[in-house]
Order: sequence, then C-alpha cells, then structure tokens
Amino acid sequence: MASKATRESFGETILELAATNENLVVLDADLSKSTMTQPFMKKYPARHFEMGIAEQNMIGVAAGLALSGKIPVLTSFACFLIGRVESIRVSAAYNQTNMKLVGTHAGIGIGEDGTSQMGLEDVAAMRALPHMTILQPADHAETQQAVRWMIEHKGPVYLRLTRQKMPDVHGPDYKWQPNKIDVIYEPAKKPAKYQATIIASGGPVPHAVEAAKLLEAKGFAVRVANASTLLPFDAETVCRLAADSQRIVAVEDHNVHGGLGSAVCEAIAEAGISCPVVRVGLRSFGESATPEQLYEKYGLTAPSIAEACLKNPA
Amino acid sequence: MPTATTAPTDLKSLTKQMRLDIIRMIEAAGNGHPGGSLSIIDILAVLYWKFLKHDPKNPDLEARDRFILSKGHACPALYAVMAYRGYFPKADLMNLRKLGSPLQGHPDRLRLPGIEFSTGSLGQGLSVGLGMACAAKLDKRDWKTVVVLGDGELQEGQCWEAFMAAPKFKLDNLIAIVDFNNGQIDGPVKEVMDINPLTDKLRAFNWEVQAIDGHDLGAIEKALAKAWAAKDGRPQVIVADTVKGKGVSFMEHNIAWHGNAPKKDDADKACTEITNGF
Repeated sequence: MASKATRESFGETILELAATNENLVVLDADLSKSTMTQPFMKKYPARHFEMGIAEQNMIGVAAGLALSGKIPVLTSFACFLIGRVESIRVSAAYNQTNMKLVGTHAGIGIGEDGTSQMGLEDVAAMRALPHMTILQPADHAETQQAVRWMIEHKGPVYLRLTRQKMPDVHGPDYKWQPNKIDVIYEPAKKPAKYQATIIASGGPVPHAVEAAKLLEAKGFAVRVANASTLLPFDAETVCRLAADSQRIVAVEDHNVHGGLGSAVCEAIAEAGISCPVVRVGLRSFGESATPEQLYEKYGLTAPSIAEACLKNPA
Repeated sequence: MPTATTAPTDLKSLTKQMRLDIIRMIEAAGNGHPGGSLSIIDILAVLYWKFLKHDPKNPDLEARDRFILSKGHACPALYAVMAYRGYFPKADLMNLRKLGSPLQGHPDRLRLPGIEFSTGSLGQGLSVGLGMACAAKLDKRDWKTVVVLGDGELQEGQCWEAFMAAPKFKLDNLIAIVDFNNGQIDGPVKEVMDINPLTDKLRAFNWEVQAIDGHDLGAIEKALAKAWAAKDGRPQVIVADTVKGKGVSFMEHNIAWHGNAPKKDDADKACTEITNGF
C-alpha cells in the first residue's frame, strides 16, 4: 500500500499544474520545506513569494495578486493561518478573492512538536466564513484531484493537509468529487440497519476503516464514509446515512466543537432526524509524543473508534 | 507624465463642493466619519483628477491604476470623488449606509464597481496593494498601485510587515500615502500609541519618503509626480500632514467628529463655513 503525506501529494500536484498554468503563484512564510512548496520555489522563482514569518501580510498580498488575475496558493501550518483569521475573513472571504490557503500539519498527527504547532481549531473558524470552501483529502489520489479542482475553482479555498503519511484508502480508479461525502467501506453483508456509520475526515480515515473491519470480524455491520469537503457540507448524504444507522460516529483530528462532528450534528438536527451522534476528536489541546501514541491516547485509533461505534453518546 | 483623465477646471472649488457633499451625506446617513473624510479629500481629488488612469464607464479596465482606501471609514470622501468622476449619479450619495445601497458604511468592492478592495478592517490595505504591485511587476505592466492609510492604522502590525516586504520585491510601482491627521477614536495618535518618528521609521524600512502638507493641492501634485516617476526599485511613501475635519472650524482637531454625524444645525453651520471658504 502506497503511503504519502497529503502535504507531499499537494506539493507534487502544484508543481505539475504550474507547468501549464502561468497564473499559479505560491507564497510562503518560511515553512516551504515543511509545506512542500520548495520544489515549486526552485523551479519557478519568479512566481514564488517568500514572505518571511509574517502570515497576515502574506494573506493580504495573496488577495492583491488574486485581484490582479493570479491564482495565489499560500501555505503555512494550519495553526498559524488560523491565527490570522480576521485577515482571512476580510482579505479572502469578504472580498471573495481567488486565493488558496493551504494549512499543513493538521491535528495531533504532527506528534512531537506539540500543541502550539497543531491545527486543532482551524476547521471551526473557517466553517463560519461565507464563500469559503474547506477541503480535507485523506490520501494521495484524493489530494491530487482535490488540488486540481481547487486551482480551477473560482473563490477562496482552505485545504487542510497532514504531516504524517497516509495509506491509500482509494483504489487506482477513484474519481474524487467536490462537496460529496462518499462511502469508502461497506461490510461484506449489508444489514437492514448498520450498527454504526463512521464519517471520518483527514488523518483518522484509515483508522476508521480498520475499526469497521475489526467490528465486522465480531459480527457488527459498520460502514465508513469519507468527508473530504467540509464546507459546503453534504448534509443530504449524512441524513441518508443516518436513516439506516443506529448511530453516526464522526471522527476527526480536530476539536469536536465546530469541526466535522458539529457539522454532522447540525445536519441531523436540522433535518429533524432522530439518530445519536458520537463525536470522536479532541476536546482539549494536544501534547508532545509520537503521532501513534497521540492517536492512541486521544481515541483516534481503530480500537477506540470501534468502541465508539458500540455505544451511544454519554 | 501620468495619464490624467480629464483636466479639472478648478480643483480647489471641486474639493470645496465635495466637502459639502461629505457633510450632507453623513448627515443624511445619521452616522459616519466626517473627520477623516475631510482630511483626505484634497489628496483624493489630486489623485482622481490628475494621476489615476481609470475609466468610470469601465471600472475593470485592465490598464487602470489601482487605488485602495485602506482607512475605509473615510469612504464618504472616496464616494464623493467617485460620484464627481461619474461612477454613479451624485444623488446616490444621499443613500450612504442605507439598506441596499452600494455605498456601504465601509467600501465594498462587490457592491460598488470601482472599489478595488473592500476595507474597514485597518491594517490590510497595504498588503493587498503590495500584492497588486507584485502582479504588475510579474506581468510587466506599468499601472501603479496607490494605498491611502490612516496614521492610527499604522499601529497595526500588519502594516509594518507590508512596509518590510515591499522593498524586497522592488516595488517602485507602489505608492503609500499616510493621512497623518493625529486623531483616532481614543484620542490623539501621539497619546494613544505614538507612531513617530514616522518618516525616520519609513526610511529605515527602505522606502523613499516625502513629507508634505496634505491640504496643499500643489504640494500633493508635486509629491505624487515624483513618486509616479520612480524607477529605482524603491517603494514610495508620502506622509501627508493633515487636519482632521479640515474646512469646518468646530470639527478641526476635534476627535468628537471622528465618527459622529452632524445633525441639521451643525451640518448647516459646517456647509456655510465651507462655502465661505477657508
């Protein structure tokens, strides 16, 4: 199984698109080695803007470039971008500029660097911004296609990427669609009603698939859906999945307040459907340890997710 | 020489007329920012009549110069200038801040053609102007980008990130104008958070700096002509010494008129003063 961090897939795809799209420009704030835009910087120096450790200015400059016909892609860690949410609010969302904000190092999956470097509230803040689109692909194929779409799409987009390597959850023929939650794992025997449907996004997606397999071996029918677009949110699919599930388990490497779990609850409550929702994610800051240790401690590994599928919220 | 659109017959009397409109539109709105609007109207008049290449009938003209009012709360001055330049009928000025009006309380580019960037959150305009200037350099276009900033606005750290960045990209096509009227909501700028010595700071940030009287039309024109001609890679900044509320004695230097609308009596009094000249 191939394994690549979504930030790597992003860096490769941007480089590939730059060859045919002259308007594509990239801005960095001293993290291009980590956000994987160094190859672009080396190959297209005239179209690369190193802005130094000054994210607010980078966001404004990207707005000016966008309003002059460029397609600026700016990168930093998710946590540092969201620290400048008011600049994003005005320069990206309110002005509806065609800029692409790329936040890497999402969640506790970054490991040892610890809380101050972990994007844990970024989705919550971005979800409240009109005109924003939020993408969080889970593997290489999905990232490639999401990045291509993002560059073609007119308007501000926030792309949330992992530091850690992500195994392929999709087959080679996978066709990604924006604004869709799609089922990526079905148990061999389709039940009348699922024990649970897991809706996962980003880093925990492969763990969610593992959890479904664990439960299947024990006789529980659980399917897994992948939410790669978090805004606009595919509430229709959530409700369809809730209709034949005993519960929905939302799993994210992000704070449960305002992220995927909240979006799922909103979709179900607003549709007037009765279905318990278990939100798996962070309810605190993170800490330093290996990514694997942190995923285990904070309940994002397969056994914990499987456990969440067997009970209703407390 | 810069491309002037139409030569004004008498810019001085135009600024007088636009001052009257600023007072009347804010009076009609019931709220707004007269002080900072009156301090920049002379600068905007020289820019829009003598320097900016623009076409009110085709606001998206590719070759236009870009103008950003980073201190967005002073938009009554910009709206007056735009109305007189023909972007929309002068009568529309009386719809300032009204439901459905393109003349929002702070400029909105998606509601009013001719606005390059929606401002109101101080500190962001210079960064955006920098991005526009970078795009012009990248595409080898000769249009300029002009950004008008407030003095209090310079307390925002983002402004200094932008001041730091512009010389790196050799943006001699970027012109910043600081409306140094020494007034902000909580009091005089020098008391709230002094930004001086401003010209020294800007020089230290490797900008070409000119300091002028921001109400002297001739001085504004001369400074802009020099900035417009820059070709040495240095970004240009003009520090304009201005008077908040300029032209209305009881508004001048009076912070109470930063964000207060005159009622009819005061508006009438202000208009009489403006009409009688200063």
